[in-house]
Order: sequence, then structure tokens, then C-alpha cells
Amino acid sequence: MNGYALPFEKPVVELRNKLEELRKAGEGHEVDMVQEVERIQKKIRETQEKIYSNLTPWQQVQIARHPTRPYPKDYIDAISTDFTELHGDRLYADDRAIIGGIAQIDEQKVMFIATQKGRDTKSNLACNFGCPYPEGYRKALRLMKLAGKFGLPIVSLIDTPGAFPGMEGEERHVAEAIAVNLREMSVIPTPIVVVITGEGGSGGAIGIGVGDRLLIMEHAYYSVISPEGCAAILWKDRAYADKAAEALKITSRDLTQLGLVDEVIAEPLGGAHNEPEVAFDNLKTAILKNLSDLQSMNTDQLLQTRYEKIRAYGKFTE
Amino acid sequence: MAYIPFFGKKMNSSIAVKKRDMPDGLWLKCPSCAEIVFKREIDSGGSVCPKCDHHFRMARKDRIDLLIEPGSFVEWDEHMTSVDLLKFTANGSYASKLEANMKKTGYKDAVSCGRGNIAHHEVVFGVMDFSFLGASMGSVVGEKITRMIERGTDAGLPVVLSCASGGARMYEGLTSLMQMAKTSAALARHAQAKLPYIPILTNPTTAGVMASFATLGDVIIAEPDALIGFAGPRVIKETTQQDLPDGFQKSEFLLEHGLIDMIVHRHEMKKVVVQLLDHFMNARYAENKSAAGNEGAAEDEASAIDVPARESSESDR
Repeated sequence: MNGYALPFEKPVVELRNKLEELRKAGEGHEVDMVQEVERIQKKIRETQEKIYSNLTPWQQVQIARHPTRPYPKDYIDAISTDFTELHGDRLYADDRAIIGGIAQIDEQKVMFIATQKGRDTKSNLACNFGCPYPEGYRKALRLMKLAGKFGLPIVSLIDTPGAFPGMEGEERHVAEAIAVNLREMSVIPTPIVVVITGEGGSGGAIGIGVGDRLLIMEHAYYSVISPEGCAAILWKDRAYADKAAEALKITSRDLTQLGLVDEVIAEPLGGAHNEPEVAFDNLKTAILKNLSDLQSMNTDQLLQTRYEKIRAYGKFTE
Repeated sequence: MAYIPFFGKKMNSSIAVKKRDMPDGLWLKCPSCAEIVFKREIDSGGSVCPKCDHHFRMARKDRIDLLIEPGSFVEWDEHMTSVDLLKFTANGSYASKLEANMKKTGYKDAVSCGRGNIAHHEVVFGVMDFSFLGASMGSVVGEKITRMIERGTDAGLPVVLSCASGGARMYEGLTSLMQMAKTSAALARHAQAKLPYIPILTNPTTAGVMASFATLGDVIIAEPDALIGFAGPRVIKETTQQDLPDGFQKSEFLLEHGLIDMIVHRHEMKKVVVQLLDHFMNARYAENKSAAGNEGAAEDEASAIDVPARESSESDR
């Protein structure tokens, strides 16, 4: 946890600081601190377990939005080699909130589609705080069709608050861009693995989120509307976001229970930002396993299975 | 404006008019031109203001009557009902909201779908009803529209869909978002079968419905002055602090910005839809007619469209 801590992470941070002080105090001295260090380490573990086994949905959302959480590009860099970015929608611009390109995960060649958030003001302005414009969706479609044409499987990594709700987006028809992606992704003839790594923000997420497998990181969330937006509509106050997060059933656990996601990718204790390497490894293993399963199908089977999967969403009585 | 003091404050309020499709009573005030108009005159004229052509919100049944030949509409899945899968509660439960809306409208959910004739064309037709929970799309809306498209694909029929919606139905959580993918995937297959799909965007059509089937038409028609967009104007204002220009997200704005093919007055709607279908179904009818002719079958229109399109659609895939 470098630099930033959520309110419920504070007890752990305090213990870690204490541990650090102790180590420093012990340096150069003969005093044996091993026992004390072990005691604190154990305490840290216990505290973490206590906190993270009882997270509320709203706390989950905060972890999903944690400023030091690995973003899709971090995963791409960690799990693949030779990522070569391909730019632009060939219509208007190169959106920086959705990036894409070819890369190799071990021996597996893939096309990555990924949303992108910034770490500081400058990078956040460049990628519009992770909120794509229509160009992002159109670029993604161009690259996915390219992947389809050349038989490359697609890995879509999603961490976005949502498509940007602005005048420009309306003028260039972000709704249409998303809709076309939903239609076309249902028939792209190569395997598509979608992973929600952080925020799965509604239409902005599903616009690059239709595929053969829908995976979600343990502390990510995926929702039809942001908890704040839902709270503003139903409770008339964004401050009720915690209640909305609970009501909407948006955590990886809830979505698994509802049968909406195929697999939850485990995160290290405390969230992916605590030990990114562990999260990277888990994501890589999950992607490779799912791609290998999907590649055993011929194209007709793949598309029929994908259609049936999409077709099955919904609960009603007759 | 006509001076009719008798109406007093209540009728002067445009909010009272907006709140319901057609208030009881003989007269109402047009929210667009502020004229007081005879209600019967509006009803008999397709819910259009006789003075300024303002298009009032239209009842579900009237929508069907506007395009579909009398007596030809056969509704599908009319008893399909939403379930409160999340046990969603916020200022009242979803279950109670559903019940209240069923009572209010007399329908089980926000869309009616079926098969009927538009002039000499047999079509699959659906109408979304804003008076039922803002025509939001949950499982039932998504499933009924998907089934209707699939049946259209199987029977070789065009799909005409009168759209209206506030977006996805958040009471159903992520499941409602997935309906966007479901309906769009069904349209991919309908398009592969080379069948026309014509959405008609009415006031208002927004959000999740706009970001799925509403914008996937071969031709997209809008009624005049309808609010059409992805994000609501208030959200855009709050997020960007921008002042939105007059007419932003209205049909005319979208025509100018290249999203919709045309704005069609309600009185012209049927004529335009028929013309489009005449053109887009021409090749298929001709093909079917010659096939039917070879077998010595009757050459009426009905038999032509009844030729099983399932085979041809599958071979097109």
C-alpha cells in the first residue's frame, strides 16, 4: 500500500508503519527483535483477514477504484511480451481511454482491448479519467474485426467508470458505437475473453464486454449504473451510494451467485494493489486456461455457444 | 392562445399535461404551443396537436393501430412477467413498483410484441410503453424483444419496433445491462438473414435502449421533437458543467448530426414504413414468388411471405 490508504485500510497501514519503525530501531543493534517482528506480522495478517473477509459492497467498490490498483495496461505489461499498440478509429481520433494492440502471452498470440485510467492529473486528462468517447469503441471494433480476420483471440480488460457523458459523445453518437459493438462482438469468429479488472461501468464496459467468457477480479465490480448515480435517482442523494452498492448486487460474489460471471480471479489479501505480482499471475493463468478451452471449439460451435450464453441472460415468469 | 378562463390554474400548468398521456376532460393544453385544444380532436388525429403538430405520448394500443391493420395483430408472450431477482428495495420495493405499474397500465411489462400486417407486409412488430416504469429494459423487455427478433428471423419477416425508454431497468441490476447484448445479438442474426429492421424512435428514447437495438436499424426513423440520446441532459450538465444548446438531443439535432435517416410525422409514418418495406423486401418477395410459381402455388402475397425463410437464413449464416 504505497502512499494511499482507504479508511478501512488504516489499521493495517498503522501496523506496517510500526513494523517499519521497529526494524529501523533494531538496525545496528544487537537486540533481538525477531519475536516482536513476528508478532506484528501475525497481527497484520489477522487484521487483514478480519477486514477483507467482511467487506461491504461499498468498500469493494472503493478497492476497485483504489488509486494504486493495477490498471489494464499494467496487466498487459506484466503478463505479455511485445505489446504493439494500434491506434485510431480511422474516422475521427485516437481515444486514449480505450487502447488496443497485439501481444503475446507466453506462446499465445492475442489482440488486447483495454480501457485505460491515469495515475496523475496529466495522464488522467489524456485518457479522460478512463471514460471513453465514441472513438474508443469504434477503434476497439476495428481491432476486434482485425483479430477476427486473422484468427487472433481477443482479450478485453475493463476498468472504466463508464462511457463519457458529454456533448461530444452525443454528437458523435456513443450509443450507436456501443450498440454496434454489442452486435458485432456476438459474431466475431475468434474467442473473446472479457475480464473486469476494476470498475465495470455499465454501457461503457459492456461496449467492449461481450464474449465467450466473462471473468471478474475478486474485488472488481460490474454494474448497470454507478452506485452514486443509482443513489441520486432512487434516494435523491449521492451520499447513499453505499446503500445503492448493496442493493444493486455488483460484487464478484453477488454476480457469481446470480450466475452472471463465469469465473472470479482471486486477488492477494487486501486487494491487487497489495501484491500486484500475485494478481498478474492469477489473471494470466485464467486467461490462458480459458483461451485454451475456447480454442478447442470450431468457429460454428464457438459462435453458437456464445449466442446461447448471451441469449440466456434474464429471469422472468410466464 | 385561446382565452378560456374557465380552466383556471390546473389546466394552465403544462406539468399536469406532461404527467399523463391524456388527462381526463374535454380539453387540454398543448405543452408545445400552449393552445387549448379539444381532446377528441387530438385523439382522432394520432395524438398530434392540430395547431402545432406536437406529438403527444401515445397509448400502446393506439401505437399498434397507427401502423398495423385492424384485427391482424397477434400478440406474443403477453403474460411474461418480471421477477424481483435482487429483492431490490429503495423507497419501496421493485416488486411493489411492478405491481403498481401493472395496475396502472393493465399490462404486465413495458413492451408488447407480436405479428401483424402493415398494409400488404406481414411483419413482426413491437411497441415500448413509457408509462410502464419509463419503458425501462429489464429481463422481460429484453426477452420479448429478443424472441420477437428471433421469430422474425425464423419466419423471414421484417422487424418494426416503436422505441421509447429511460434506459436499463436498474432494479434488475447487471441482468438488465445484459439485455443490451442479448437483443443486439439477435439483431446480428436477423441482419445475416438479410431482413429489414426499422426502429422508430419516439419521445424519449435514451440510454441502454439507445446503446443497443434502437440504433441498430437498417433505417432509423424518429418522430419530430423527440428526446433521443445516451446520457440524460441533466447528467451531461452535471458532469461537464457545459451549457447545452437549444434542441440538443432532439430528433432534429440527431438528423443534423447524422444518426437518424429521417424524421417522420406520425400521420406519414405508415406510408413511409410501407415504402421502405416495399423496397427492402422486393427481392425476397420476387424470389419467393418465383419459387411459389414453380410449384404452381397461389401467387398471393401471404403465401409469398409464408415460404419458410428459416432455411435461407441458415444458409446465409
